[in-house]
Amino acid sequence: MREPTSSPDEDTAIEDRRKAMATLAEASPADIAEKFAALTPPSYELVRRPETGLVMVRGRMGGTGSPFNLGEVTVTRCVIRLETGETGSVYSLGRHKKKALQSAVIDALWQRSETRARIETDVIAPLAAARRDRKATVREETEATRVNFFTMVRGDT
Amino acid sequence: MYVAVKGGERAIRNAHKLLARRRRGDTSVPALTLEQIAGQLAHSVARVMGEGSLYDEMLAALAIKQARGDLIEAAFLMRAYRTTLPRFGYSRPIDTARMLVERRVSATYKDLPGGQVLGPTFDYSHRLLDFALAAEDDGSDLPVDTAPVTDEPMPRVTDLLGEEGLIEPDPVTDEDAPVGDLTREPLSFPADRDLRLQNLARGDEGFLLALAYSTQRGYGRTHPFAGEIRYGEVEVEFFAEELGFAVTLGTIKVTECQMVNQFQGTAKAAPTFTRGYGLVFGQVERKAMSMAMVDRSMRWQELGEEQTAPAQDVEFVLSHSDNIQATGFVEHLKLPHYVDFQAELDLVRRMRAEWFDRRKADATDGNQGRKAAE
Repeated sequence: MREPTSSPDEDTAIEDRRKAMATLAEASPADIAEKFAALTPPSYELVRRPETGLVMVRGRMGGTGSPFNLGEVTVTRCVIRLETGETGSVYSLGRHKKKALQSAVIDALWQRSETRARIETDVIAPLAAARRDRKATVREETEATRVNFFTMVRGDT
Repeated sequence: MYVAVKGGERAIRNAHKLLARRRRGDTSVPALTLEQIAGQLAHSVARVMGEGSLYDEMLAALAIKQARGDLIEAAFLMRAYRTTLPRFGYSRPIDTARMLVERRVSATYKDLPGGQVLGPTFDYSHRLLDFALAAEDDGSDLPVDTAPVTDEPMPRVTDLLGEEGLIEPDPVTDEDAPVGDLTREPLSFPADRDLRLQNLARGDEGFLLALAYSTQRGYGRTHPFAGEIRYGEVEVEFFAEELGFAVTLGTIKVTECQMVNQFQGTAKAAPTFTRGYGLVFGQVERKAMSMAMVDRSMRWQELGEEQTAPAQDVEFVLSHSDNIQATGFVEHLKLPHYVDFQAELDLVRRMRAEWFDRRKADATDGNQGRKAAE
């Protein structure tokens, strides 16, 4: 699985789309449904209907060594094509078919130059902010459990 | 040998109906929801995902509910369910260095870079039953402290030792080299470390705990230290062929344990610390630690050690760690073995008859012998 090489511009475009897709994948089905409902519904056709399958997750021996198979995750994927021609895709953890379909449509709209800005500001940015907030809360709560142990000399009390 | 039987359909149907009713329990008490199980019995859910070898919290919650809390039965349900789904492929290896850490402790360094955070833990609790949990109070307003976050990185303890050359490096093979997969080919021997780790990751917590404990009690000592245990969220990335790039599927929670083990060195290798590695779905520290200890034990051959104990016996460990296989074989003894047993009955009756005949004959011979002597 070696990734194909591409130009720096293409790389940036892919990186931006990867980030948008990651944000969609990590959002809850309820959040995606809410953002989707607020969009003007576009016309699209299903290229690959929402389908749930498995991805085998790999780890590395010792954290940095050779790969090994840890166990599987459920993943749902979907591909749609807008009437205007853009193809939207999704792969996300879980078995949420509606979320997959809605995410694929949002991904296609993100790729369409006429709708990208709106998708970025109305969907991706708030979802990304919610994710940042959630992670920040976890960090702050974890931080309060930071511990400093002191080694006692034998005989001390 | 198990021979098929016919009949009993009505009894079986009724038994399953009765099971459903007993599972529901007292109907004046609300039924458990999957959200309650997934949210409040997180360790059970993690164990079922790990031993079922399928990460999906709501599926595990359903399995636990259906199995009436029997976690091995629940893991069995997960394994059965996965066979109904297509396989999309393999993820890129997860990077535990980039974990959103919720817990990180080290028993080897008190002041390690990035420090230690206890996170949600039973450690240091007094193991006294908390009757407040039995009272009506649902705990929804329990306050939690927060503290401002410093963005100090948390390098792995093993990387720190590695910088000084005091620990063996992780084995690195060609990234395109094939990785063994127990869901594709059944276990065979000799089993390399990739297969061993996969087997341990889905192995029974109790079995691995007992084996790890046996190494501490002297059956194949490995002198382990918990170099580091970390728990938290990691991203899972998957290279989508049709897109031509890797997509983030979302995040899963894992526990990683780095055991650092004393090693005296051999003729081939200088004295150094060696590694045992544990990685499991969810917060399952006991299992991650046991896995790391058993992983290290099974590396005896590669490190030129002597094999003296059960925890080092790769074939013994890997062949008995899977509780789905184990329970299948043990519990099948409950199923009708009538034909088999009928044959055994005939055999035992015949052998007994022969034995009594022989004894009688011996007694008669003996009497005749005595009489002749007189």
